[in-house]
Amino acid sequence: MTPVLELEAITKRFGPLLANDGISLSLGEGEVLALLGENGAGKTTLMNILFGHYRPDSGEVRVMGRPLLPGRPRAALAAGVGMVHQHFTLAGNLSVLENVMIGSEPLLRFRSRRAEARARLLSLAERFGLPVTPEARVGDLSVGERQRVEILKALYRQARILILDEPTAVLARPEAERLFETLRGMAREGLSVIFISHKLHEVMAASDRVVVLRAGRMVAERATRDTTPAELAELMVGSRVVRPRRDRRASGDVVLEAQAVTLREGETTRLDCIDFTLRAGEILGIVGVSGNGQAALGRLLSGLARPTEGRLLLDGQDLSALGPRTLGRAGLGRIPEDRHAEGVIGDLPVWENATLERLREPAFSSGGFVRRGAARTHAQSLIERFDIRGATPDTRTRLLSGGNMQKLILGRVLASGPRVIVANQPTRGLDEGAIASVHARLLEARAQGAAVLLISEELEEAVGLSDRLQAIVKGRLSAPIAAEEADARRLGLMMAGVWDAQNAA
Amino acid sequence: MRLERRSHVPLALAATTPLAAVAAALVLAGAFIALAGVSPLTAYAEMLRGALGSRLSLTEMLTRATPLMLTGLAAAVAFRARVWNIGAEGQFYAGALLAAWAGHSLLAGWPAPLAIALLMLGGMVAGALLLLGPLALRLGFGVDEVVTTLLLNFVVVLFVGLMIEGPLKDPMAFGWPQSVPVPGDLRLPDLVPRSRLHVGLLVALAAAAVVWLINARTVWGREMKAAGLSPRAAAFAGVSLPRTLVGVALLSGGLAGLAGAVEVLGSTGYVTTTLSPGFGYAGIVVAMLAALHPAGVVAAAVFVATIFVGADAMSRATGVPSFIADVIMALALLSMLVALLFTTHRIAR
Repeated sequence: MTPVLELEAITKRFGPLLANDGISLSLGEGEVLALLGENGAGKTTLMNILFGHYRPDSGEVRVMGRPLLPGRPRAALAAGVGMVHQHFTLAGNLSVLENVMIGSEPLLRFRSRRAEARARLLSLAERFGLPVTPEARVGDLSVGERQRVEILKALYRQARILILDEPTAVLARPEAERLFETLRGMAREGLSVIFISHKLHEVMAASDRVVVLRAGRMVAERATRDTTPAELAELMVGSRVVRPRRDRRASGDVVLEAQAVTLREGETTRLDCIDFTLRAGEILGIVGVSGNGQAALGRLLSGLARPTEGRLLLDGQDLSALGPRTLGRAGLGRIPEDRHAEGVIGDLPVWENATLERLREPAFSSGGFVRRGAARTHAQSLIERFDIRGATPDTRTRLLSGGNMQKLILGRVLASGPRVIVANQPTRGLDEGAIASVHARLLEARAQGAAVLLISEELEEAVGLSDRLQAIVKGRLSAPIAAEEADARRLGLMMAGVWDAQNAA
Repeated sequence: MRLERRSHVPLALAATTPLAAVAAALVLAGAFIALAGVSPLTAYAEMLRGALGSRLSLTEMLTRATPLMLTGLAAAVAFRARVWNIGAEGQFYAGALLAAWAGHSLLAGWPAPLAIALLMLGGMVAGALLLLGPLALRLGFGVDEVVTTLLLNFVVVLFVGLMIEGPLKDPMAFGWPQSVPVPGDLRLPDLVPRSRLHVGLLVALAAAAVVWLINARTVWGREMKAAGLSPRAAAFAGVSLPRTLVGVALLSGGLAGLAGAVEVLGSTGYVTTTLSPGFGYAGIVVAMLAALHPAGVVAAAVFVATIFVGADAMSRATGVPSFIADVIMALALLSMLVALLFTTHRIAR
């Protein structure tokens, strides 16, 4: 195979941090290369250098044997390198076609050639199996569809090398599988693909070759068929990480109960007559494909939405009328779905994020004045107890890594000794090490008698942690099944909306 | 050139930012002064002398800075919570009108300290109510408060015109459109004898201290900031957005209304449609130059007042039009916006 792309001895420093340390790799034509590593291993930095967002301190990028001008995304584009960012760069108020055309037309031409562009877009879409509607407004599309638009945008600019930064971070499992099929198809057509990931099963399923980065260094390179997930995990983390396992234990009394709860927002029914019971000392997993009502369920149990019909009971008391703070005082701790948008305020210091929801409690304020000393001490104790790395009470929260931010949120929930914990996607976007620590904390809370409602799109996580599972489909909730009865087939049927699995079989 | 976010903002940098912005604005405005045929250095020297050179000019400058501090605080309080109150000018007039009306009709003859306190409070209430409407429209229907507050300014000024041409018109003013003056004993005492400087300056300084205390030390102040930085995260943490923002509107509108009441009670004694030479709008510049910090507001108000008072003197001495003050203001605002970007970001290599 002839290398279409070569990176040679790329080094990049950010202040004291060595993000990339002499990394060399090459990519063949028609090859799918996976770049594997934990958060902060230097994957994204490396790809940003390749695409010209950053200029390397030393080293060279060559495309088709010709050196690429450093620090110039335009040069990369012209050389046929396309990048699909983790956070999409699309204009929500423009149509799919307009988004694809933007930047690829000469600025001074009097009228744009829409018809031609539309035909080309459709032929690309067909060739690579990426169906889109050119006239659809991007703001109305789902994340999966937006990603398709991003890929088409790169292909439209005649990219021969496609870089995808954590392409599945925003996708549910079936969408991710479809994406990888597409990538394989593109490779068969002669395109070369690099995708960044920290998920082992994706790497195993979709790549030809794996390059593993750890702490800015390239630690290994393997042909995918010659390696195993276990080996890759070890290479990635540097030592063995095992997710903690759930032990069997008897659960206690019912703590939280939903009785025929319906949630309507405007014309839309978000939750449709759902029932569940949650007992002390158990974890109830709510599984399902994203966009089926998980967000609404999270809002409902966070005190941000009230049931339109039905009742929510905590120890037999109706809590439909409670808001976020009163819920907290009633013993319900909440881990939000999106830690950046809801969990913390990046520009505030750690101590404020640790205490914001309890700021009106006497422990942290008196007579309307914040007891800053007490709040800082509390934050310091969270930092120590929950091993929040790189934080002092006065650190701006934005500077924490995703894993440490999640530890802060988890710590703030657990510190008040809640009897119920609502955890919505608690490990989304975290690396293996951080996932293991979040799981350990949730299991620890369960062992101490807390009832945990785990809303997760990661099946492996839900099955590994939960005592019982229910599926959420189009706002409806299936009857619970015990985790022991959850095999792949049964879960698949549940998530497809077929509740009476025994009869269907 | 690309920018990347700084991991932290050094204190020294944050403190010197406004100074750098002001220096840049003065250099740029110098080019215009030179175009007018005068040496910029001469012009600036005249300006400084005109604003700070004598007892009279110094007290005059501080008299001008007093309402600017209050309107600056009004803008700073609102902007910090991302409530875009562009209506301080209207709220200023609402406060002024109420103080002028109540001062000569309702409270005439009351014991002075009580009446003055009530008049200032009344001004605050008038300003606060005026901002409450736009805020209710935003909370209820998502109407952009930039538009509603800005347009209300014109409504209020026209309403003041209506009042002083009609029911409130002073029959003793030789036909000039102005309201009946507030009785002398209800006016704010002079701070410096034989000058126009009144105790309103102390009121403004006290207001800055109170705003600082609220912002930095109270639960309410921290919640206002949280609501401004991230409404979603604040709501998740149980901060009630409507309640918090109503509080912001009351405080911001109240400060602008207080500015109007203090100007009437301290400076003129009556209200006219030219009472404010744009104090409300200049308050936005003051707040931005101060990076929304109350102590900075005091300093920025003094700076802006120096430019305006100094520009008049400079204009008389050199012939450069005093409109240069507006040019300097505008340039200072623009340079400050750029400078603020560079405190939070740096050029990526």
